[in-house]
Amino acid sequence: MVFANGAMAKTFVYCTEGSPETFNPALTTAGTTLNATAIPVYNTLIQIEWGGTAAVPGLAESWSFSDDGLTMTLNLRKGVSWHTTAYFTPSREFNADDVVFTFERMLKADHPYHPISGATYDYFNDVGMPGLLASIEKVDDYTVNFHLTTRNSTVVSMLTLSSFSITSAEYAEQMMAAGTPEKLDLQPVGTGPFAWVSYETDTQINYVANPNYWEGAPKIDELVFSITPDNSVRFAKMQAGECNFMAYPNPADLEAMKADSNLQVVQQEGFNIGYLAFNTEKAPFNDKRVRQAISHAIDKAAIMEAVYQGAGTPAINFIPPGLWSYNTSVEDVTYDPELARKMLAEAGVADGFKATLWYLPVQRPYNPNGKLMGELMQADLAKVGIAVELVTYEWAEYRKRVRAGEHDLVMLGWTGDYGDPDNFFGALLSCAAAPESSSRWCYEQFDSLITQSAQITDLAERTKLYEEAQVIFKEEAPVYTVAHSLVSEIMSASVSGYKMSVFGAHDFKFVDIAE
Amino acid sequence: MLGERRIDPAYHAAMLERLGLNRPLWEQYGLYLGQIARADFGKSIVTNVPVIEEFFARFPATIELSLSAMLFAVVLGIPIGIFAALRRGRIGDHMTIGAAMIGQSMPIFWWGQLLIMLVSINLGWTPVSGRISAAFSVPSETGFLLIDTLLSGKKGAFGSALSHLILPTIVLGTIPLAIIARMTRSAVIEVLSEDYIRTAKAKGLRPLRIVGVHALRNALIPVVTIVGLQTGTLLAGAVLTETIFSWPGIGKWIVGSLDKRDYPVIQGGVLVIATVVMCVNLLVDLIYGWINPRIRRAR
Repeated sequence: MVFANGAMAKTFVYCTEGSPETFNPALTTAGTTLNATAIPVYNTLIQIEWGGTAAVPGLAESWSFSDDGLTMTLNLRKGVSWHTTAYFTPSREFNADDVVFTFERMLKADHPYHPISGATYDYFNDVGMPGLLASIEKVDDYTVNFHLTTRNSTVVSMLTLSSFSITSAEYAEQMMAAGTPEKLDLQPVGTGPFAWVSYETDTQINYVANPNYWEGAPKIDELVFSITPDNSVRFAKMQAGECNFMAYPNPADLEAMKADSNLQVVQQEGFNIGYLAFNTEKAPFNDKRVRQAISHAIDKAAIMEAVYQGAGTPAINFIPPGLWSYNTSVEDVTYDPELARKMLAEAGVADGFKATLWYLPVQRPYNPNGKLMGELMQADLAKVGIAVELVTYEWAEYRKRVRAGEHDLVMLGWTGDYGDPDNFFGALLSCAAAPESSSRWCYEQFDSLITQSAQITDLAERTKLYEEAQVIFKEEAPVYTVAHSLVSEIMSASVSGYKMSVFGAHDFKFVDIAE
Repeated sequence: MLGERRIDPAYHAAMLERLGLNRPLWEQYGLYLGQIARADFGKSIVTNVPVIEEFFARFPATIELSLSAMLFAVVLGIPIGIFAALRRGRIGDHMTIGAAMIGQSMPIFWWGQLLIMLVSINLGWTPVSGRISAAFSVPSETGFLLIDTLLSGKKGAFGSALSHLILPTIVLGTIPLAIIARMTRSAVIEVLSEDYIRTAKAKGLRPLRIVGVHALRNALIPVVTIVGLQTGTLLAGAVLTETIFSWPGIGKWIVGSLDKRDYPVIQGGVLVIATVVMCVNLLVDLIYGWINPRIRRAR
């Protein structure tokens, strides 16, 4: 229907799940909004390899660190043009001024643009940028120095975050002079594959291909985001040919989607982990044999079937399989109640013991049903003589009490922010995080590996250290890894040239539709 | 991701200060009431846009859908009601009233999905959802898309907007349609037993004139009241209908805000909607006096 009465232009319709609340990625943490802003319209200095997780050149062609690791020098790409739109005509190409403007707006409270649009720069704050970034310095038009407060190589991955997309200093100045500075955040001007055309509130967003895009012009002419919050209606629109692409299907519809020859279903593990953590400060969980025994006692296959129902994959390591340094040689623990009983006997608790198991009070992407998972685990553990009492609290209270260490066994999970294993290991399993982490695990051998890896810049070297750390993790079992969610996306059969992103980015820069 | 990680205390404190959440509850409530008195419903936490501005940006879409649903309900409901009244006690009456009972208790969510599956997917007659085909980009002049598409002069745009309106109109109009049909039926039956109708019959007037002129005029008075009172039903139904059909009105806006826990929008939005319903009810009372001479003269 869409194509019948449309013009001759190749229009790609993405049925998105929600409305963006802003058109400046710096002002949001919502994936839906980042997909409507950062991904089509903007670029970051360093970007994520298309379809992968590695950091590759974006608006910065290359970068290097000073010997003390406190200065990061970025060499900017030349010949990148800003979008020419109905409301802005650029007089110059992208340069260092834009980079300085973008980061100073977020960093400096006295920057004239800092308070515009009531911005709070949540992502910038969440990943700890204010403490890490001392200042930004323009060396020349195509060289910028980021001065850091500590040696930290994960800043490379952080710069790939969509929220750190580069905005135009020239456009910002023009809007400020015109007395409408907030337009910068409402009518975006970027360097990305698609230029913004219009937004009809809660209905649709229109973009047009950027013929001068530095990675090559898109193959489609127009990109439309049709805002359709209900997942069964999105599926109906796919069936009726009104959309070319949708995400977040209702899991119950997946069978029908796979059976429909007009549709293609693509699946990949999400960038998350659902796990059961042992409070390693408390006996008997301070004994690695007890932790291993419990790992052997839980029937993961049964959990996958009952709780995830096809929307998850069993987790072996603590990081998702798509992330670089994922150690494929690590094997998952087997389900073996007999062995578990033997190990418990070795640990001196042959007669079993009592413990509390905290289950998630809310649905999370990495765990759709905490209560059911808790009940399954309870039954499994009873078989090896561990009497588990199921406990839960309101979500905020739950997290507060976990940080205080009141639990024995606790279900939790994590969704990564950027493509660096440190975002998982450092945030959850390091000695620095231990006083408040769910496992309260501080293991020197493991900690030195991940700390070392977070400070050096050589990727091959870092990968080796993380691979080693994963072997130790599995052996020590501070947490029992349950699952990564399995993300499904649906495209019409005529769509080609799409790659899934583990970060949930829906990037249509290279897609094409067969006529 | 804010999950296991602790929020930076300084940032947390600044956020409480900004949102005024560090003040005592009674003070927060007093401030809120003071703002409401000045018609200031606060700003959305998510978009940072004043609630009232967000409301009026979306209200035309809801009015367009509600008016169209009401038109559908009135244009079909009144003739159906008259038909049933004239066939009182016969099979046609029973069938109509049975259907109206089903219609009045129809779960909107189920009805909408059913129509989409049947009419849009299986038959391919109407679009699934939205307000206009993605191929058209029509500048918003009035907020009413049917008018805007005509003003834009784009070929096919009006037809596209109209075809998108059909299913939501039917879904939203079903309950009012059933209520109006039942109300018209009982009002007409009541009026038909009046003395002046017997007189009219005795004078030998044609049945069409008796029903069309003498009966209907009097029977419509309670029906008009019911139509006015359906505003509340329509706005409540809009919440579901707009969600199913991705209709960018205030219903979808409120539901979206619930998902995002955007409290100022939910509180302010509900207050504004309640005010609108009250205003319409007042208006109905005034119209009632205007069409019913007995009330007018009683003043």
